[in-house]
Amino acid sequence: MLHITTFEDLKKICREKDKTIWEISQLRETEVSDRLPSKVREQVKKSIDAMKEAIRTGVKSEEKAISGMCGDDCVRLIRSFEKRPALFGKLYEKIVTYALATSEENLRMGKIVACPTAGSCGIVPSVLVAVSEELELTEPEEINALITAGEVGRIISNKLQPAGAVGGCQAECGLASAMAAAVLTQLRGGTVEQILNSVALALKNLLGLTCDPVCGLVEIPCVKRNPFLAIHAVTASEMALGGVVSKIPPDEVVDAMEQTGKLMSPLLKESSQAGLATTKTAEKLRKKLFPRVLNGE
Amino acid sequence: MRETSIFDIISPIMAGPSSSHTAGAVRLGLLTRNIYSDVAQKVTFKLYNSYASTGLGHGTDRGLLAGFLGFSVDDMRIKEIFNLEEAKGLDYSFEFLEDFNRHPNAVDIVIEGQSSLTVSGKSIGAGEVVIDKVNGFGINLTGKYNSLLIVYEDIPHMISKITSKIDTNIAELICDRYAKGEKASMCISLDGELTGDVIQRIKNMPRVYMTRYVKKLES
Repeated sequence: MLHITTFEDLKKICREKDKTIWEISQLRETEVSDRLPSKVREQVKKSIDAMKEAIRTGVKSEEKAISGMCGDDCVRLIRSFEKRPALFGKLYEKIVTYALATSEENLRMGKIVACPTAGSCGIVPSVLVAVSEELELTEPEEINALITAGEVGRIISNKLQPAGAVGGCQAECGLASAMAAAVLTQLRGGTVEQILNSVALALKNLLGLTCDPVCGLVEIPCVKRNPFLAIHAVTASEMALGGVVSKIPPDEVVDAMEQTGKLMSPLLKESSQAGLATTKTAEKLRKKLFPRVLNGE
Repeated sequence: MRETSIFDIISPIMAGPSSSHTAGAVRLGLLTRNIYSDVAQKVTFKLYNSYASTGLGHGTDRGLLAGFLGFSVDDMRIKEIFNLEEAKGLDYSFEFLEDFNRHPNAVDIVIEGQSSLTVSGKSIGAGEVVIDKVNGFGINLTGKYNSLLIVYEDIPHMISKITSKIDTNIAELICDRYAKGEKASMCISLDGELTGDVIQRIKNMPRVYMTRYVKKLES
């Protein structure tokens, strides 16, 4: 049985066996779950299919959340791009709108893939699907990339539970951005070292990200944070592919992330008792949405 | 024991909007339903901390109830659960509490009916959950394994007598008790499946008070 709990373990095994991250991860997964590789890949494909479906539905829908606060920004942005194309081009437009589309599907209680969580569900799919479309990649390549993303997330989650209530948003959208960086770096032919570097670079830049959702809903600031952190992953990947090395290795960055999560006040960890959640406007929204709860009835 | 999987991270496929507060809630409800496996008349869901303060907006209440009624995490009817026929026959209520000694996403589910049962659980992220107490006994039920929950008399040889009837590999065994010689509990996680015959043989053993076979969650 392959025991991989840290990025150092993963790197060592990849080197010893002369394999890529997804190959090792797939092998490990077949051992852990006692299934054939084809069955593991089939399950990964199911997630990819659901991601694509959420994007397809999401780019067309303007239905708002039950709260009425969010849900129509993706369509707004798509219409705007038709008249005023994005400075960074078509791929940028796709990543940003796919991330928004998925997140908005989520707030409608639509069907999405938690990757790693529902609040961060737009980040990995937007990069994976947009890049695959633009570079005309194959389905096996997409599956390989999502396996690598899963492995990166799994290793981080060994130390830090991917929940805003436990580690703040760094543990949700931060983790997703690191996974998306790994996806992109792999899709563009990056080495094991480059993939892990892109992970470290992405994570480092998001340490301390709080979880302070307005009215306690996965809407403000979560929805818009998804496209932001999808693009953030692109920067991490470009640097890593260009040979930029994180001076702090990924495992130590994860340690720092775990510590930061522990030191973060519970008020800023998905309890909506500080930060954006207690701004004047947020309070007004809360009184409007949940008058009963607020009066303690 | 925790061999993690990439599918802890790149799934579930689920109804939004929150993996820990919606999908996790559904799974906690489902596991509780499977532990109870009886006809419930009244259920009280006690939500703690973040579950309490943000549960309404995340559909945690809907998720817990939907799970308890047997819905899975990707069922698109969760949003409408309060209006569905399935929910009408059950007397359910929710309490919203604060207790910082508990996990941020903790819940107690108190069931009354043909028998009464109190289940405590927590949602630990990305839709993963743990049921850590049943009627005060410490257990560890994640829904990843077929599991046996047994309450028995705390006397010598009970563990070996029970486990000798199990014909598949045991992945984890957790025992707890109220006090020496009183009631004790066993939570057995299994790599394989048990036949109805094996379960019945354990149920029929003297000094075994409760036996529940809780199948692993499909989604």
